[in-house]
This record gives sequence, C-alpha cells and structure tokens, in this order.
Amino acid sequence: MVPTAYYLVLAGVLFCIGIAAFLMKRNIITIFMSIELMLNAVNLTFVAFAHMWHQVSGQIFVFFVMVVAAAEAAVGLAIIIALFRVRQTLNVDQVNLLKN
Amino acid sequence: MNSQLLWLIPTLPFAGFLTNGTLGRRLPRAAVAAIALLFTLAPALIVARLWSYMQSVGGPLTLSVSSRPWIAVSGFSVNFAFTVDHLTLIMLGVVTGVGFLIHLYSVGYMEHEEGYWRFFAYLNLFMFFMLVLVLSSSFLLLFVGWEGVGLASYLLIGFYFTKDSAANAGKKAFIVNRIGDFGFLLAMFLLIQHYGSLSFDSVFSQISATQLSGGFLTAIALLLVLGATGKSAQIPLYIWLPDAMEGPTPVSALIHAATMVTAGVYMIARCHVLFDHAPAALTVVAIIGALTALLAATIGMVQHDIKRVLAYSTISQLGYMFLACGVGAYSAGIFHLMTHAFFKALLFLAAGSVIHALGGEQDMRRMGGLRTRIPITFWTMTSGVFAIAGIYPFAGFFSKDEILYQVFHHGGALYILLWLVGLATAGLTSFYMFRLWFKTFFGESRFDTHSEPDHGAAVHARRDTTLVMESEPEPHGVHESPPVMTFPLVVLGVLSVTGGWVGIPFVLGGSNEIEHFLRPVFHPFPALEVPFVPELVSGGATEVILALISLLTAAAGFYFAWLLYYRKPGEATRIANSSNTTRFAYRLLDHKYWVDEIYQRGIVTPLLAISRVLLNGLVDTGIVQGSAWALTEGTGGLGWLVRRVQSGNIRSYAGWLALGAACVIVIVLFGHHPLLH
Repeated sequence: MVPTAYYLVLAGVLFCIGIAAFLMKRNIITIFMSIELMLNAVNLTFVAFAHMWHQVSGQIFVFFVMVVAAAEAAVGLAIIIALFRVRQTLNVDQVNLLKN
Repeated sequence: MNSQLLWLIPTLPFAGFLTNGTLGRRLPRAAVAAIALLFTLAPALIVARLWSYMQSVGGPLTLSVSSRPWIAVSGFSVNFAFTVDHLTLIMLGVVTGVGFLIHLYSVGYMEHEEGYWRFFAYLNLFMFFMLVLVLSSSFLLLFVGWEGVGLASYLLIGFYFTKDSAANAGKKAFIVNRIGDFGFLLAMFLLIQHYGSLSFDSVFSQISATQLSGGFLTAIALLLVLGATGKSAQIPLYIWLPDAMEGPTPVSALIHAATMVTAGVYMIARCHVLFDHAPAALTVVAIIGALTALLAATIGMVQHDIKRVLAYSTISQLGYMFLACGVGAYSAGIFHLMTHAFFKALLFLAAGSVIHALGGEQDMRRMGGLRTRIPITFWTMTSGVFAIAGIYPFAGFFSKDEILYQVFHHGGALYILLWLVGLATAGLTSFYMFRLWFKTFFGESRFDTHSEPDHGAAVHARRDTTLVMESEPEPHGVHESPPVMTFPLVVLGVLSVTGGWVGIPFVLGGSNEIEHFLRPVFHPFPALEVPFVPELVSGGATEVILALISLLTAAAGFYFAWLLYYRKPGEATRIANSSNTTRFAYRLLDHKYWVDEIYQRGIVTPLLAISRVLLNGLVDTGIVQGSAWALTEGTGGLGWLVRRVQSGNIRSYAGWLALGAACVIVIVLFGHHPLLH
C-alpha cells in the first residue's frame, strides 16, 4: 500500500508547478490551465486524506470542487473569448486598461 | 392707555425697512418715500399720544411691557422689555420728531440720487434700532439697539460705496466703535457676574440698596464710559465722526448729530445710579467731556468744509453733554442733548440746502453772498447759528448756560478749571459758527457757476465716481431748495429759538420745567433729597453773573468772526502767516493735531504689522495652513506608495497573492517559533 505521504508530495509538486506556471506564463489560456492544475492538486490531497481516515466526506468534497471548476471553466472561457474579441490578444500584460 | 402700544413704536419703522428693503427696488420713488414717511410718522404720533397721556397723569409714571424670556439660562434671564419714563419720553420725542423731519427733508434732498429705496430702507432701519435703544429696559436690549444703530450708521456713511473715501469712512466708524463696544460688553459681563441680571431695575435697585461705592462699580462705570466715548465721539475715540461726513447730509443730521451720537450721553444718564456710586468715573467723564469740547472746537475753527465744521462742532457739543453728566447734572445734559438735536439737525440740513443750492459745493472758500439768494435757508440757519453760539434767548443759551452753571456750582478747583475750559469752548463755538455764517452768507459770491458746466448732473455731493446721476437739467445758478426741504428747516428753526424755553432758570423768570420733568428719573426718592428749591436762594446772583459772562464770551466770538471774516476778509490768513508760531499753530489745527496720523503710526501700523507677521505669517500660514498642507501631502504620499501595488497587471496581482499565501504558510508553520516573538 502506497503511504499517504507520497500522494501529498505529488500534490505539492503539482501545486507548485501550477503556481509557477500561473506566475510566469503570459498567455491567459495557459494561466487558466495552471489554475486547473492547482485545483486538481488540492483534489488529490482530499482523496488521499479521505482514504487515510476512511471518511467518505473528502471524496464528496472533490465532486463539489470538480463541479465548481467546470462552472468556472465555462465562465472563464466565455470571458476569454469576449476579451479576445475586444483586444485581439491573449497576452495578459497587454490587458491593463483599468490601470490609471 | 394700552402699554402694548409700545411694541408698535420700534416695530413700525422696521416694517418700513422690510417693505422698502425688499420691494423698494421695484416701486416708484413716490411710493418709497410715502412708505418711509408713513412708518416714521406713525411712531411719532404714538409718542405724541404717549406724551399727552403722561402729562395728563401728572406725577412720575413709568409704562412697561415685557415679553416672555428671550434668553434664559440657569439663574439668569432677559426679556424683550420696554420701559417709558420721562427720560425715555424726551428721547422718544427727539428721535421720532427730528427723525420724521429729516425723513421729509431727505425726500427732496435725495431726489436725484441712485439707490433712493436703499437710502430710505436704511434710514428706517436706523429709526428701529434707535427706538429699541431708548425704549429698552435692560442693558442687553440697549446693546442690541446700540450695535444696530452702529450698523445703520456704517451702511449710511458708506452709502456712496463706489467712492473709496466713503467706504473707508464707513469702515473706520465701525471699527472705532467696535473698541467702545468691547468696553460695553465687558461692563455687561461684570454686571452679570455681580448682580446676576441685566435689567435696569434689578441692577440699579441692588446698587442703591448697598451703600457701596468705588471698586468694581468704578470699573463697570469706566467700561461703560469707554463704550460711550466710542458712540458719542469723545476722546480718544472721536476720530470717526469727522470722516462720517462722507455720508449724505441728512444722514449726518439724523445719525451723526441729533440722535445716534447722543446715545452715549443717554446711556450715562440712564445709568446715573451706577455713576453716582462711582465718583471717580464721573470725574473722568467730566474731564473727557471738557477736553473733547475744547479740542474739537479749536479744530473746528480752521476747517473749510462746511460739513466738517459742523462735525467738529458736534463733537464739541457732545463734550458739553459729557461735562454735564460728569458733574452729576444729568438733566442739564439731557436738556442740551435736546436743544442740540434741534439746532444741530437744523444746521446740517441748512448746510445740506446750501450744498444743494451750489450743486455739490462744500468748501466755504467758494461760497459767500448767499444771504439774498437762498433766503429761507439763510434765516433758518441764522437761528441755528445763534442757538449754538449761545445767544439769548435762543435754545442753546439756556442749555449751555445751565451746564456751565452746574459745573461752576459743583465746586472745587478742578471744576473751576473745567468751567473755564467750557467757557473758552463757548467763545470758540461762537467764533467758528459765525465764521461759517459770514463766509457762507455774507461778502461777495466766490462761487463760480461756470466752473461746473454740467451743473444739473453734479447735484448734492462732490462725486468723482461712477454713480450714475439723473441727468434731468436743473435751472442754472444758485436756487432755493424745494418746499419739502425748507419746511423741516422752518420747523427746526422755530424749535431752535423756542426749544430752550422749557429750561429757563428761576432766576431769569422761568421755572426750569425740564429739570422738574426729569426729576423723578434722576432723583427717584424725593424724601432723601434736598427739596426742590435749587438756585433761587443759593446762587441767584452767581447764575446771573455766569450767564452774563458766557453771553459776553459768545459776543466776543461774534465780534472776532465779524472782524476777521466780514470786515477784513483775508485778515485771518495774514495773521496765520504772520509769524512762525502762528503758522505752526495754524498747521497744528489744520492737521487736527495729527491725531489721525498718530493713531496710524502708533496703533494701526503696528497692529497691521503684528497681524501680517505673527497672525497671518506664523499662525495662519505656518500653523493652520501648514498642518492642513502636511495632512494632505502626507495622505497623497501614502497613496502614491500604495498605488504602486495596484499595477493593473494580472500577473503582478498573482505574485502578490502568492507572496501573501507564502507569508500565511510561514506564519502558520513557524508562528510559535521563538524567533518571531
């Protein structure tokens, strides 16, 4: 049986990759994908702990996160499309109209 | 007699003020004049009714009305309350009577002026406050009237407000009066502290109940005197009155001769109980009065502007009234106040008529020979001049003589000296008034009608301003004023002759009715006083001799004026230039003893410097403005710093978020680490 710690380390690695991508990438779709990566890293920890404590609530919570992530993806992609139509770009560094 | 009528006396002119002040701009001139006259005639009629009622009752009587408390704070309360006694009655008669006549005169005098409605609105406002002042039965309400007449005076002096000198004169009057009012205020505070009340009855009965004198009573009295010197133009605060002549002539007559400036004398007479218990303050009043009388009379001798001569003469006569009050002869002071109101209002109005006739000329050097050309003005002014000069049997003779007699009678070397000063002033008064008379009405005409081609457009006052004049052409040359102006002159002329007959002393065959009339006010407890048989026994001969001396002095004044300004015109100038001493004396008088300059250098300039450097520079700019500036700049700076965070760049936000999250993790993990504590 794989120890819980392995899962947690994997989740931590995934989460850090997500953060790093989020901070470094300029393409908004990539940023969006890195957010999904972080969410899934968190889901992994939920499942790991649920298995460890033999509690089903952690697994149920994962479903909630997935549903919210799906909704968020729908809204987010819509925003990205709207943004692209207006600005003709996906580079977030050029999307700073609110400044000043 | 319903005493509620008293409310109406001041309220009616106020109604006139409101009507003319709000609607006057849109009303025709006739309507404005009618409103103003109606609302001043009505109180005069009420006062006449009041007068006959008081006469019919006989003996001493006071009428009072009072409202519910106006100001009520723990243990101290003031009502709107009016009281009429014999003193008030005389003042009411003077204010409403002379006031109405001057309103009537103004209808003619101001006919060509812009701002007709404004003028009458202000005049009515003045009447309101003056009536409040004389009717009030408490210090506080008196102060309201006192400040109010000051306001009206300011507004009317600065009536031609586009003219710089008029605006400045108004400000000067207001600010100088402020110093006096400060004394009045302090006196009221002391009264509240010691007597817990400001009503005359309560304060005076407490003062007479204790046999105390001196001490804080003297302090209160001196502070009241400071107030009176401001309002009544006495040393050291007299400097505003000559400048106040910038206002229209009826204003000079009403406010700055007949009524408002006598408020100080009235106030001292009203507070006689207090002053009787503060003999030191009374001595100060007498000395101030005598000095002012002499000083102003000497300045008046060399003035060329006809209104300025009268202004200094007013200051001088007010000095007489102070002198009278200072020796405790309040009824003589009030008597002179009354006769002075008649003849000085007359003199000013007649001077206005002369100025009107000459199309705005005020300089006596360019008058002369007007006797036959404006006869009504000449004859009425003559009665005024004889009255003020103290010629028997004109009004001024009796009142001035009564004052001089009372001063002499008071005894003591100081009072003999003051009497001499008073006598000298009487001679000077006679001199400068006859100088004015001769220079204006006799000799050859020095008025050049051709010098003012646009005569019709230059009526009334010298004006080098943008005030638009009615350009209705007037007949060229000198002309008598319309009847609406000469009628008040004639009435006042008659009063200047007969006004003194109410105070003919016993020794000259009269009964000194005015003193008898005022006796209940000034000697309320006849049992405690000497019975009323004054000079008849004690000093009959003295009084006759004194009267003769003052008559001779007046005659001497007349003689010198006749000599210098009629017999040998030009002689005065020759004497003034004859030696260095006389030249200096002339310059001294011509520059009014440089008092204005001394005040300017000694008080105004240092005050301005202190204000600029200390108050404006340090306090206002440095502290107040500085702290406000520091606050705004500090906030702005902080905002500038924080604004760096709000870059608008999504990745920088994400970076901050990550950094924050990292910090939270660090705190959670190592929060209990000893290094962090």
